[in-house]
Amino acid sequence: MLLNTVNPAPNPMHIPDGFLGLAVSLVCWILAALGVGMALWRSREAMGERQVPLMGVLAAFIFAAQMLNFTVAGGTSGHLIGGALAAILLGPWAGILTMTTVVAIQALLFQDGGLLVMGANILNMGIIATLVGYGLYRAALAVARGRRWGLFVGGFAAAWASVVIASVACAVQLAFSGTSPLGLALPAMVGVHVLIGTGEGLITVGALAFVAGVRRDLLEPAEAATGSLRWASVGLVVALAVVLLAPLASPHPDGLERVAEDAGFIEVAKDAPYEIIPDYVLPGIPNEALATIAAGIVGTLIVAGVAFAVARLRRQTAS
Amino acid sequence: MHIHALDAYHHRTSLVHSLDGRVKLALALLFIISAAVIPDGAWPAYVLLAALALGVTVASQLGVGFVQRRAAVVLSFALAAVTVVFSTPGRSLLAMRVLGQQLAVTDAGLVRFVSILLKSWLSVQMAVVLTASTHFPTLLRAMRSLRVPRILVAIAGFAYRYIFVIGDEALRLTRARAARSGFLSLSKEGASDRRGGGSVFWRAWVTGGMVGSLFLRSIERSERIYDAMLARGYDGEVRSLRPPILQARDVLIALPFVLVLVAIQFVARLSW
Repeated sequence: MLLNTVNPAPNPMHIPDGFLGLAVSLVCWILAALGVGMALWRSREAMGERQVPLMGVLAAFIFAAQMLNFTVAGGTSGHLIGGALAAILLGPWAGILTMTTVVAIQALLFQDGGLLVMGANILNMGIIATLVGYGLYRAALAVARGRRWGLFVGGFAAAWASVVIASVACAVQLAFSGTSPLGLALPAMVGVHVLIGTGEGLITVGALAFVAGVRRDLLEPAEAATGSLRWASVGLVVALAVVLLAPLASPHPDGLERVAEDAGFIEVAKDAPYEIIPDYVLPGIPNEALATIAAGIVGTLIVAGVAFAVARLRRQTAS
Repeated sequence: MHIHALDAYHHRTSLVHSLDGRVKLALALLFIISAAVIPDGAWPAYVLLAALALGVTVASQLGVGFVQRRAAVVLSFALAAVTVVFSTPGRSLLAMRVLGQQLAVTDAGLVRFVSILLKSWLSVQMAVVLTASTHFPTLLRAMRSLRVPRILVAIAGFAYRYIFVIGDEALRLTRARAARSGFLSLSKEGASDRRGGGSVFWRAWVTGGMVGSLFLRSIERSERIYDAMLARGYDGEVRSLRPPILQARDVLIALPFVLVLVAIQFVARLSW
């Protein structure tokens, strides 16, 4: 069937609606909006009239690049997801905008990923994957000091890490929603994506090698620019934020309840006057929402703090 | 490649198709949100929500089979939630030993799992009806009226327009690769889908080269597109006809839908 050859194999990272709770979905939307807003704001000088068609075509490129697959073994095939490649080729801000568009179009055209949970998918594949991948790439370039292996090692590491960290974020969101306990979701998701990430890394390096051989000039701007350390730390902080949120979501019997207990919310929830059935918590209301939002606020503050710091450093270097 | 291979829109002349895009998007989101907040195991509410989804499907004239086939994509993700069957504390229904671990299927776990699947299945049906009954540009305009930034909507518009073109390019690359790599039927069973040429790493590398070449073609094409747009007087503003004004009949259709959703939430709370 034509649609099958055209639509890339469903990726375990595109979360459909129903698998995340309302509170988790909304917190992810807020974080995604912050990241995308930051990207829009940072790239607004560069976002002249010329950029809109360019970014649109490149979003179509990432989408089409996901159609290029190669056989692995036993009827399975590997294909690109593209977050790291987009960031390396276009720069992190344009990379975020491109990947956001790709995620949105996949959800709207193929139901590959839900609408209410689109914020989570944008956050995972558009923002976290892009920033972490780009940070690693810049770190490798800085260490390599212009030697050729920096491009390849950096490209592979960026692509691999972007896929793995996005899967960790996905597992954390599933755990926070009470859909899948972290103890099971994390090893399963990460295990699969360690392999998928290897394919992603190989394709990314292959693409970079080709572009470096044919149009070196397209890669040079990123290599010449300063601020590798800053980007490396942005990537590191984002990765840390994801990993540090994980223990909060670790359930048994229910991670959210434990977080709520630790934070003292559970008493509030129990005494809530509008709780019709004792010991039953309506999803999306009392302690679950409060606990999730509390965790979300911490994450938001971290991301916002980093974004603010980056913005200030940028302005200082500019003036 | 035909544009229809990728486009989600299916033309009919139904009530759902003629509904204002902004109203439709808002109602679909409202439906998905109400599915998300129905408590686990509130079966009457799920039945009512399914009936509503079925009603919308029938009214859209898209065909129940069509919508269900497209909605089936969520089933592959069910694997991500199946562990909840064992991990939710509750009365044990079925105990087993797997890899030295004692696993028990609990009643509460089963209820949670089925509820997650129902939420997801119902939500995706509404998303299928939305995208199959609304032109993509209309959907973009609806997103714009929901305050999605103008530049993002513009990028998405361009991306949608060129997915078909760049996708064609990708298919040409794939065809060229297939033409240059012979089929090997080495296995006795005649399993012939083994392409010649190197290890998995080599194949991944070649795919990478194709991605790189696709990137260059895309960059060059975007430059041509921009030049062509300049030639037609492009100045950074994409102009379109004024969006249609919200009609009274749009509100008349939306109102009962919203009321039913509210009623379902009441049923969900009562039935528990």
